[in-house]
Amino acid sequence: MSAEDPTMDDAAIDPWARLSRLTPARIGLGRAGTGMPTIEVLRFGLAHAQARDAVHTPMDAAEVASGIEALGYPTLVLDSAAPDRATYLRRPDLGRTLGEDSAKILAERPSEPVDLAIVVADGLSARAVHEGAAGFLAAFKAHIDKAGWSVAPVVVARQGRVALGDGIGAALKARAVAVLIGERPGLSSPDSLGIYLTLDPRVGRSDAERNCISNVRPAGLSHDLAAFKLDWLLREAFVRGITGVNLKDGSGPALEPPPRQQALEDGSDTASRT
Amino acid sequence: MTYRHVVGPKTHVFADLAALMAKATPLRSGDRLAGIAAESAEEGMAARWCLSEVPLSEILAKPLIPYEEDDVTRLILDTHDAVAFKEIAHLTVGDFREFLIKASSETLARISPGITPEIAAAVSKIMRHQDLILVARKCRVVTKFRNTIGLPGRLSVRLQPNHPTDDAAGITAAIVDGLSYGCGDAVIGLNPASDSVSTLGGLLHLFDDLIQRLAIPTQGCILTHVTTTLEAMNRGLPVDLVFQSIAGTQKANASFGVTLPILKEAHEAALALKRGTVGDNCMYFETGQGSALSANAHHGIDQQTLEARAYAVARPFRPLLVNTVVGFIGPEYLYDGREIIRAGLEDHFCGKLMGLPLGCDVCYTNHAEADQNDMDTLLTLLGAAGCTFVMGIPGADDVMLNYQSTSFHDSLYVREVLGLKRAPEFEAWLEQIGLTDRDGALLPEGPSARLIAAAPGLSDRKGIAA
Repeated sequence: MSAEDPTMDDAAIDPWARLSRLTPARIGLGRAGTGMPTIEVLRFGLAHAQARDAVHTPMDAAEVASGIEALGYPTLVLDSAAPDRATYLRRPDLGRTLGEDSAKILAERPSEPVDLAIVVADGLSARAVHEGAAGFLAAFKAHIDKAGWSVAPVVVARQGRVALGDGIGAALKARAVAVLIGERPGLSSPDSLGIYLTLDPRVGRSDAERNCISNVRPAGLSHDLAAFKLDWLLREAFVRGITGVNLKDGSGPALEPPPRQQALEDGSDTASRT
Repeated sequence: MTYRHVVGPKTHVFADLAALMAKATPLRSGDRLAGIAAESAEEGMAARWCLSEVPLSEILAKPLIPYEEDDVTRLILDTHDAVAFKEIAHLTVGDFREFLIKASSETLARISPGITPEIAAAVSKIMRHQDLILVARKCRVVTKFRNTIGLPGRLSVRLQPNHPTDDAAGITAAIVDGLSYGCGDAVIGLNPASDSVSTLGGLLHLFDDLIQRLAIPTQGCILTHVTTTLEAMNRGLPVDLVFQSIAGTQKANASFGVTLPILKEAHEAALALKRGTVGDNCMYFETGQGSALSANAHHGIDQQTLEARAYAVARPFRPLLVNTVVGFIGPEYLYDGREIIRAGLEDHFCGKLMGLPLGCDVCYTNHAEADQNDMDTLLTLLGAAGCTFVMGIPGADDVMLNYQSTSFHDSLYVREVLGLKRAPEFEAWLEQIGLTDRDGALLPEGPSARLIAAAPGLSDRKGIAA
């Protein structure tokens, strides 16, 4: 490359600054020899620390429940069969099953059939629940009121995975269950809430029988838009009698959020990257 | 047939070969989750000791999944090279470990077609990390499409420019970034967010245009389902490599929506395009321990043995690249850095021993007990083991798949520390465009502005001076 090369002028005004705006990927970081600049090592370390904290910070179930009760929903705090986070991470099956005491509480509780059960579970990011669950439910309340759906007490579940909602929904005699759950945190998304809708919940439902609204967080899908989508899916589910792969989200191309690769559920069921 | 091993007053009993192999496997969360792991450290060692005395011929004679039940078993047995096996037929697993440590590269190449995945997995279970590295390093697996991958002393990099919405300019920017670090000789390979053929068509043209315009001696790949790629080929779209995730049992492959005949059809379609310039290896497979269990298709077999069986699925298709995505699936299969590192070395060893161009996505998720230091360790060990390729991702942070892998910088690190070169054709191209010196080191004032100028959609300027 010669000094006369006209493209050198571009380099002088740092073309990477311009390119970096085209993608959230960490491009144009520069280098120190073959290594990363110190500032980038620190930025990465901080993002990873936040993602780790999102996974390992315990959910404050009482606080979450009181925030939800303030909206006018009664609540019920339950536990999965996973006694702690280390077990939860190794044994996804336990996170899908209610603990003995919790199962008893639900079984002994008299309940009338309802349209919808709502489960708020920590999943892989308590932070997502702490920061997003009440806000989403506040936005969704307007849709519930408008539609006149009957709703069971909101269950706040510790060490829960998506499928925990199946047994809870069945015990609460709900026509459908919506599980709000902390998604597997990405390096730049430690606060992402996922919402899973399953019609006719019962133990043994597969993930193909659910619809997912993913990436609900301030930098992603807003609470209002997520509530609109859940409303749309729930209406369609009741009319068509299905949820899952055969119920495509048609809540309007104008309302489409950025497409996401795949539902980032609670991270437990994705074996393949295709 | 039960297996027994006596330790002092205690006799350890293993119900069958599958149970013995599972309990002989160094501990990992996936085998615990399946309920087949050793229940004590002594039981694990007893199983390893017992396994070391099993003849290779017995492993060959006792398929872990019956021939009638599983097409992967049928593939393994129907394509087994009895002549190549003859040289090792008299050995036990323990003997075989010593044989491998002593063997030359020529011997390893000669016996490779006689090694079934179960044999490779069995011997790996009694090998330490240094054995896995030493033997894999001697295996020579060279593949070619538009460049030559896998030569001794070389390490290639898959440039992975993923973008959460498949934005063409964003993807192009990440590719140019990676090229400016000298990455991309294994493949420029994108995991698309979309699976619609029309979106993929745009991406395939983008990659083809970029590779042609810059005259890069490499290949592109959009990592979508094989049936989608078949459809793309039927529509005349520019497909270099056919991608597919594969697993070690028929049932697990079915859960991926893939069968052996579909793979064969796609392989033949890609071959017919004749897009390779120096060779015709045109398949790219990805695997990873735990995929069969996650699909509830593991037949009581440990995840490492099933992973090796996935390599048997890949073998007849003479792939350009096989990638074990080692820490992607999550901590319920590989819990922490220690388990991920062990699995990465096992996978690389088994694949290489079976004659496959094994690369490794050295990676972890945020709910695994691992961090970038663990990735540095595994990357360095795999570099020493002669790994075929690793990933190059901007800043090691995949913003679409939400996991962490190795960065463009990491590839520079491992090249400098271990003296590893890029694929020769790619290396020559980098020097020609003025990005690297004769030794392959990046020049301080590389031509990144020219790369940007020549990349479609990033600038109005066309062409590259090189």
